[in-house]
Amino acid sequence: MSGADNFEGQPELLDELKERARGLVSSLELGDFSNAAELIRQINEARDRSIYREVGKLTRGLHEAIVNFQIDAAQSSADQEKMSKIANAQERLDYVIGLTQRSADKTMDMVEEGIPVAEQLGTSAKSLHEEWQRLIRREMKPEEFRDLYHRIDVFLGETVERSGVISEKFNSILLAQDFQDLSGQVIKKVISLVQEVEDRLVDLMRVAGQVEQITGIFGAADVIAAAPAAAVADVVAEGPQIKAGERTDVVSGQDDVDELLSSLGF
Amino acid sequence: MKILIVDDFSTMRRIIKNLLRDLGFVNTAEADDGSSALPMLQNGNFDFLVTDWNMPGMTGIDLLKAVRADDKLKNLPILMVTAEAKRDQIIEAAQAGVNGYVVKPFTAAVLKEKIEKIFERVDAAK
Repeated sequence: MSGADNFEGQPELLDELKERARGLVSSLELGDFSNAAELIRQINEARDRSIYREVGKLTRGLHEAIVNFQIDAAQSSADQEKMSKIANAQERLDYVIGLTQRSADKTMDMVEEGIPVAEQLGTSAKSLHEEWQRLIRREMKPEEFRDLYHRIDVFLGETVERSGVISEKFNSILLAQDFQDLSGQVIKKVISLVQEVEDRLVDLMRVAGQVEQITGIFGAADVIAAAPAAAVADVVAEGPQIKAGERTDVVSGQDDVDELLSSLGF
Repeated sequence: MKILIVDDFSTMRRIIKNLLRDLGFVNTAEADDGSSALPMLQNGNFDFLVTDWNMPGMTGIDLLKAVRADDKLKNLPILMVTAEAKRDQIIEAAQAGVNGYVVKPFTAAVLKEKIEKIFERVDAAK
């Protein structure tokens, strides 16, 4: 649905304009200035009506796009209820931040809890291993062996228990990555909303251009179209580069950074 | 060795904190942007600063410039750990006096290497 096409597809408007224009010419030729002024007013009104109609259509389209911005990423009913309250893109993106934060926290909790368990196992094993070496070298007294005998039994029991704990933590870490799916879907929705808004704005520009052609005001749209993408003089933070490989003003990794810095004498 | 970690995302602060702990640096503190970091640096006897660039409030590059402009802090070693990857930005940071620059996403090995390099230089300059 392009605005320009809609404008052209309004024969009744063009007919009305033509008819009034002819009336205007004949009024002027007859010297009937009050009728001419009235016709000019009607022409303006017809033009305005058409612009309002187009703007109205686009506004409805925009409104629909925003209303239709529903989520179906969440699967559990609790999540769905939560998501249905989220009415705009900003909140959706905040939701993504929340999801990713929760997942990162969960993962790091599991790692922080798992590391000491693994370390304890390693420490026990190392100490038993040293004792075992003494046994192999026949340096161990019988009473020390009885102690070792008992400690090995305890160690094997602990190993079973602790390796279970570690497996459980690994599984939790695995599960904590589910945010990727949900957040990916939400972000895709936001991207398509932005795309839709952009398309509607382009339509609006087309209508504006069409209006300018009909009303005889040239230039404004051309100026906008010709304006170069805002040249930013200051160095502004941009965040992660999505397509670093395709840009020459961006480094593609740590090696590039190191090279650049060393060229600056670092 | 007391280290201040500045990043607006707590996740990233936590990752850096854990990586630093793994490298043997256990005495760390955190701030979420330059304006909360600067008073901590001025009062806290920090030996090293790890900062992000893009933060609400005071950015990392402004923090870097503020530290270099502060007589008490101007020699503090600073490592920038950031997703900002434009050449102009890296050059600006270098000109502002950064000691190292790591782009996100990074690995533990890269962070270790840059930190060790910074301390080698600091020690050599003594």
